[in-house]
Amino acid sequence: MSLALTDDERMIRDSAEGFFAEHAPVAELRRLRDAKDPVGFDRALWVKMAEMGFAGVAIPEAFGGAGLGMVAAGLIQEAIGRNLSLSPFLSTAILSATILARGGSEEQKAALLPRMAAAELVVALAADEAPRHAPAHVATRAEASGNGFRLTGTKPFVLDGHVADRLIVAARTSGDDRDPAGITLFLVDPKAEGVTVERRSMVDSRNAARVTLHAVQVDGADVIGAVGEGYALLEAALDAGRACLAAEMLGVADRAFAMTLDYLKTREQFGRPIGSFQALQHRAAHLFCEIELAKSVTLKALRALDEGDARAPVFASLAKAKVGEVARLATNEGVQMHGGIGMTDDADIGFYMKRARAAAETFGDSAFHGDRIARIMRY
Amino acid sequence: MDETAELADFRAETRAWLEANCPEEMRQPVRSDSDICWGGRRFVFSSPAQKLWLERMAERGWTVPEWPREYGGGGLSKAEARILGQEMRRIRARPPLSSFGIWMLGPALLKYGNEAQKREHLPKIARGEIRWCQGYSEPGAGSDLASLRTSAVLEGDHYIVNGQKIWTSYADRADWIFCLVRTDPEAPKHLGISFLLFDMESPGVSTAPIRLISGSSPFCQTFFDNVRVPKENLVGAPGRGWEIAKYLLTHEREMIGGMDSGAAEGRDGIAQVAKRALGVGEDGTLPDSMLRTDIIRQEIDSWAFALTMERVKDEAKAGQGTGALSSMLKYYGTELNKRRMELMMSLEGTESLLWEGKDREGDLARAWLRSRANSIEGGTSEIQLNIIAKNVLGLPAA
Ligand SMILES: Cc1cc2nc3c(=O)[nH]c(=O)nc-3n(C[C@H](O)[C@H](O)[C@H](O)COP(=O)(O)OP(=O)(O)OC[C@H]3O[C@@H](n4cnc5c(N)ncnc54)[C@H](O)[C@@H]3O)c2cc1C
Repeated sequence: MSLALTDDERMIRDSAEGFFAEHAPVAELRRLRDAKDPVGFDRALWVKMAEMGFAGVAIPEAFGGAGLGMVAAGLIQEAIGRNLSLSPFLSTAILSATILARGGSEEQKAALLPRMAAAELVVALAADEAPRHAPAHVATRAEASGNGFRLTGTKPFVLDGHVADRLIVAARTSGDDRDPAGITLFLVDPKAEGVTVERRSMVDSRNAARVTLHAVQVDGADVIGAVGEGYALLEAALDAGRACLAAEMLGVADRAFAMTLDYLKTREQFGRPIGSFQALQHRAAHLFCEIELAKSVTLKALRALDEGDARAPVFASLAKAKVGEVARLATNEGVQMHGGIGMTDDADIGFYMKRARAAAETFGDSAFHGDRIARIMRY
Repeated sequence: MDETAELADFRAETRAWLEANCPEEMRQPVRSDSDICWGGRRFVFSSPAQKLWLERMAERGWTVPEWPREYGGGGLSKAEARILGQEMRRIRARPPLSSFGIWMLGPALLKYGNEAQKREHLPKIARGEIRWCQGYSEPGAGSDLASLRTSAVLEGDHYIVNGQKIWTSYADRADWIFCLVRTDPEAPKHLGISFLLFDMESPGVSTAPIRLISGSSPFCQTFFDNVRVPKENLVGAPGRGWEIAKYLLTHEREMIGGMDSGAAEGRDGIAQVAKRALGVGEDGTLPDSMLRTDIIRQEIDSWAFALTMERVKDEAKAGQGTGALSSMLKYYGTELNKRRMELMMSLEGTESLLWEGKDREGDLARAWLRSRANSIEGGTSEIQLNIIAKNVLGLPAA
């Protein structure tokens, strides 16, 4: 399908941009950070996002969602990136919604998806265990016990884990610690006995938690999809998450660049605007080109996911790898070109750099995804 | 992909026609300049197949698929032309004709030429009968092209042209030249320039080849000594040549930038080349991990660039044109192509160094050397960055 946005998509983009600029601009991130807010986002905002149809963007209409798909989800997350808006959008509306919509039983879907779309539930994905992304690396064990399983293990980086009403936990029912086969996904109540949740404060003021599971009893009905076959489901959700993170990083890069351009036009040294210096002009022009490339790979990845294209994993990795690098360049150049001001907490540009770093690190950085592309293409 | 019934029919017919009419020899990859058909009065075809292929395609107007039929084109819509391109790539058909006339002068004449000029010149370009060269650069006017000094003075019905051009690609093999000349020495520098067409066989035109680092001499110094040019050969209005010159450059830049269209365009990506050259180890990866990293980076950028070309086209089709992207495509595409050629050399190791010998030895080294020019010709990379900074980003003048 065309790599131009349709009229409907442009409307979604514009309404998302307007919404986040009004309700959750950078000042709001600053306020929540300074207040050391225990939730880490504004619950009222999340409810408004549900009213706009954003929380249910990837949830089928039959389960109370808007059923708009990944391009729409990406456009929303791009606006989130531009404004650095805080919400459980990625954890709940993308990752968990994808897993449940694809792999959940009718009961699970009916019980959870409508409430997620309505912003009544935050559902977090507890998958990664190593600091560097390795989705098959799951040492958390699920031992058969009664008519269910008993889970033991540690998940050190669970996005929105500290406020989650439900967790989706990847645990091993068979195989070695790094085996893609033998991974099973479970729904876990964070209030269940044996679950400890510890909030971790992060450089970008987002929410993550260390979740420790100690002989946590779950029921057979809490298994999502088939036992031992959770990896494909997990990868599908991760690819959706990676493409949306690429979209977010695109928003981050684009806004950081716009702020930098403004500064280049207004700040004067040597009696003229610093944007008249060719050393800076060329770097800005190069960055412009890189951002154009970032737009293309992001949209391609989102489209491929919507179309069920068999190459969607490659395009998701292409987007995550490329846009991660572009966002890093855009925000680092942004700080540099702001001079001393760029290093101050008062300037917003630093927030963008922190978020670019965190988003690039989440679910695989450029090195991870470059290697993944090569492996899929067999070289 | 959704295709209307009409387009699907067009695709089927095109496919069948190409299968029946594209000679087998014309489905082999282009490996050097001698495989390219440039056309022109003095062109010597490298094989009967090359001649036949040109004739057959020209007869349908498919050397210039989107030009109007009355000027020798195919009259195809954008969508049809795209399908023709895809079907040609599918069988790896070579372009039947490559020329500055097609890439540069044609689009400029279609926009700025008068009816007589279009009828005179376009069909000859389409059929490969007249080969054109580009007289822009001068010894003192390279990046600062508008400071050019070649003069054209009107005397009766003729302009008298005097001066010197340099880096005129294929001036010694071309039949005609499109030339930037100064018709008004008093006007501000951008406003005194005109766009003039003339025959290279006119008395007073001479050329001297310049030898390149690749050993070949594809371009020349070109001298004009009292060359008489009929005044109806001036395109547009006198003194308004700069606008035409710039318009033509955007076409040239997109063409040069498109040379790295990467894996998406059906050409083997660098990774495929690497696999053939190095093989993969037991773990299924290329053996040299640092080189593999470079190749992965190249593939990522090359792919992202190809998708960007696609997006720019799609947006133009949807009327959302971001516009002014030719400098971006030129800058990024040529820098990518240079990186790609460095990797090609690395992959072949010492074999890449061969210069002269049997068969096609030396082709790779020459292609590597040739690629260095991509970021110079048609306006250097630095100039493209200047244009982006000024025209796209609106940064203040230095
Ligand atoms: C293979 C090849 C084919 C060509 N074919 C043709 C042809 O057919 N017809 C034709 O007319 N011309 C042709 N050219 C000429 C080409 O357009 C010029 O070489 C080019 O525009 C650069 O001009 P120059 O060589 O005078 O370099 P200069 O302008 O002297 O540039 C030297 C260096 O200075 C840099 N520079 C200059 N100005 C600036 C600035 N303002 N800011 C930053 N950096 C700057 C340049 O980027 C470059 O790195 C061809 C060139 C090549 C290499």
